[in-house]
Amino acid sequence: MSGEVSAEIRTSHILDLAADGKRLDGRGPDEYRKITVEPGFVVTADGSALVRIGDTAVLAGIKLEPGKPFADTPNAGVLTTNAELIPLSNPTFEPGPPQPGAIEVSRVVDRAIRAAETIDLTRLCVTPGEKSWVCYTDIHVLDHSGNLIDAALLAAVSALAHATMPAKRFGIAEADYPLEVQHVPIECTFVRLGDAIVVDPTFDEERAAQGRITIATDETGRVVAMQKGLIGAFSPDDVKGVVRRAFVHGDRLRGLATGGAR
Amino acid sequence: MSRGNRPGRRRRGREASAPPSAGERILVLPGEELPVRDLRPGHGTYRTGGKVYASILGLLSARPPFVQVIPLSGRYIPRPNDVVIGTVTDVQTTFWLLDIGAPRWAPLHMTGTPWKVDVGETGRFLRVGDSVVVQVENLDATGRIGVTMVGEGLGKLDGGSIIHISPARVPRVVGRSGSMIQTITRLTGAQVAVGQNGRVWIGGSPEAIHRVSEVLRTIEENGQRPGLTERIESYLLTTMPTGEQGPEPLPAETAHRDAPGARPASTDDDEEGDLADEADDAAGPGEPGDH
Amino acid sequence: MGSVGAKEVPVLLTADGRRIDGRRLDELRPIRIQAGALHQADGSAFVEWGANKVMAAVYGPREVHPRHLQQNNKAVIQCRYNMAAFSVDERKRPGLDRRSQEISKVIGEAFESVVFAEEFPRTSIDVYIEVLQANAGTRCAGVVAASVALADAGIPMVDLLPSVAVGKIGGAIALDLKKEEDNFGEADLPMALVPQSGRLVLLQMEGHMTEAELAQALDLGVKGCRSIHETMKQALRDRYSVAPLAGGSA
Repeated sequence: MSGEVSAEIRTSHILDLAADGKRLDGRGPDEYRKITVEPGFVVTADGSALVRIGDTAVLAGIKLEPGKPFADTPNAGVLTTNAELIPLSNPTFEPGPPQPGAIEVSRVVDRAIRAAETIDLTRLCVTPGEKSWVCYTDIHVLDHSGNLIDAALLAAVSALAHATMPAKRFGIAEADYPLEVQHVPIECTFVRLGDAIVVDPTFDEERAAQGRITIATDETGRVVAMQKGLIGAFSPDDVKGVVRRAFVHGDRLRGLATGGAR
Repeated sequence: MSRGNRPGRRRRGREASAPPSAGERILVLPGEELPVRDLRPGHGTYRTGGKVYASILGLLSARPPFVQVIPLSGRYIPRPNDVVIGTVTDVQTTFWLLDIGAPRWAPLHMTGTPWKVDVGETGRFLRVGDSVVVQVENLDATGRIGVTMVGEGLGKLDGGSIIHISPARVPRVVGRSGSMIQTITRLTGAQVAVGQNGRVWIGGSPEAIHRVSEVLRTIEENGQRPGLTERIESYLLTTMPTGEQGPEPLPAETAHRDAPGARPASTDDDEEGDLADEADDAAGPGEPGDH
Repeated sequence: MGSVGAKEVPVLLTADGRRIDGRRLDELRPIRIQAGALHQADGSAFVEWGANKVMAAVYGPREVHPRHLQQNNKAVIQCRYNMAAFSVDERKRPGLDRRSQEISKVIGEAFESVVFAEEFPRTSIDVYIEVLQANAGTRCAGVVAASVALADAGIPMVDLLPSVAVGKIGGAIALDLKKEEDNFGEADLPMALVPQSGRLVLLQMEGHMTEAELAQALDLGVKGCRSIHETMKQALRDRYSVAPLAGGSA
């Protein structure tokens, strides 16, 4: 880690504000920063989206390539999710092999995509046991100003929802066709600041946080993934409370993710 | 790789206050030849082949005998006598390391404090994450930054909050002769200490801290526009919370911390002069030549 | 990285001297540069150049990590050129391959040749280049983005560092190759110019040229760099405009 120790009095101030129902940037406890979604940002990808949540910017790109199905799922395609917390995006990130933080983002995003059955994997099968599509979702964090997980999944599902199967290019079909997305998971992340639990933490709020919790929901009313992170604890009632809030936010964010998609 | 293509070494220096020049603001970029005659290359410039060029992005300031470029961006570059706000990043047996937003961490030696600290006892006085107001004493050739906490207005900060602004915007936040910062403190009731390194401590109610933070963001985004003090004043007056029409006057001690190095208040409170002017005003006492 | 199924060599140059996208031999692709594109970095820039999209960020001068890289008399300049997995036709495995490491090295050395590193002993100036969408000339786009990012970060240097590749297509010397020209052309020669001194601090070549062609290529590249230099300066002026009420620095 290179420098960037947060000032204790700033942390205290964040906690004092939270006790009062306030936040450093003037938001309410249940308010997201401004969110924008720009699908199709990268033409070399088969699907892509640039998502901004406040000052956080995350780019997701989809690549679809023919490959071999796993032996235990001969009739299904393969999903792979990878997140890169590149040192360009934050002063605390170092070059080198993926850090635990990057791996956590990858895995939490991956779990939500899988559990929600975002993609019907059997539709990715070309020849059972021999050939199937491999769907790579690569997440590139460009500007890390907090709440990477929500931005990463939002970018990933938006990229998937706008992706095209390059079937013609690989000689698998006469023409390219859209990748079909059957469910859209959305992750909402909250942090504990004293007694308050606030949504969409900034980088400073994550540093001040006494626990972080992410809830993934889909449009059918299912909770499809959860992740508790950082040092701190939540009561079962806390969890029930954030699940309710995650469903409400999820409905709105889902519209942003799929907006303009077929 | 060969260094053969490198022109002559950059020369460095800053002059003490000089008469203000006429207020045209000229942006220069690295590599641009500076249209100056008979002036010595100062900060942000280099000379090669008998010509002087800008080495950094910034505003041209030509005041005999120097021509220099006043930075508009970048990390804080320490200068002797600057008062800065730092955060403790490491505790050693005889000193603490401070992050002051400079290229290097600054060691604060235990003897540079108002306390009697024994070897190995540093952790009892300041811990990682604590914030302090210190003054830059000296810089050596290795880039080491010597700081002290002995002096008026220096010490550990308690309560309030800290926000970061671009060090290049500090002159604007302070305003000519401290006019901007006086306006802000007068109309918000907050206490404000502006470090030359762009770290600003704000004390007061959460509401006051929030209002000051908002105003500082506005100044940071509009730092090059004229008439800013008036606009900030009218913004603060129109957004003043009800029942808070007359903020209490500030303790004199705070007002001093407001504008480290600022000149004593004068009648010349407008800020229509050039930015270079303000940069010098807020830059503190002149630096004795090269270091 | 030839595209799948494309086996025929396309006609890269028509009889009347037009290239596949209609450009003349000495014409650049459109370039758009945004100075200050990120919030966390000390300086940043986003470059869209033809179908390239490249982001650059600069951190520092700051404490050196790992510390053994620290130099007592100057800042160490650490450059990392990286391509996003989805930036090319065939997905690229994440991480730095040998090509990326070589490019990182030559770009880092190019910047070391112009930055006044001795002003900041024992520190590090970290230059990060991320290729988000690639269409030939990404290292040049990376140098341009990083150079603007360095200026945005207030780093002292001799000059900005415009960069462009010159190549040989259909037997003719051409400026700023795009992907098909790079794939099927006879040579590719990326360079970076210090406009103030007129010297080159990045120079590579792949392919083959005659001595006369090489001389022509160098001249054409320098001309291209000088044009890109103007675009770079304008991007910085746009961000740091000092005209009254001309818009804040976003």
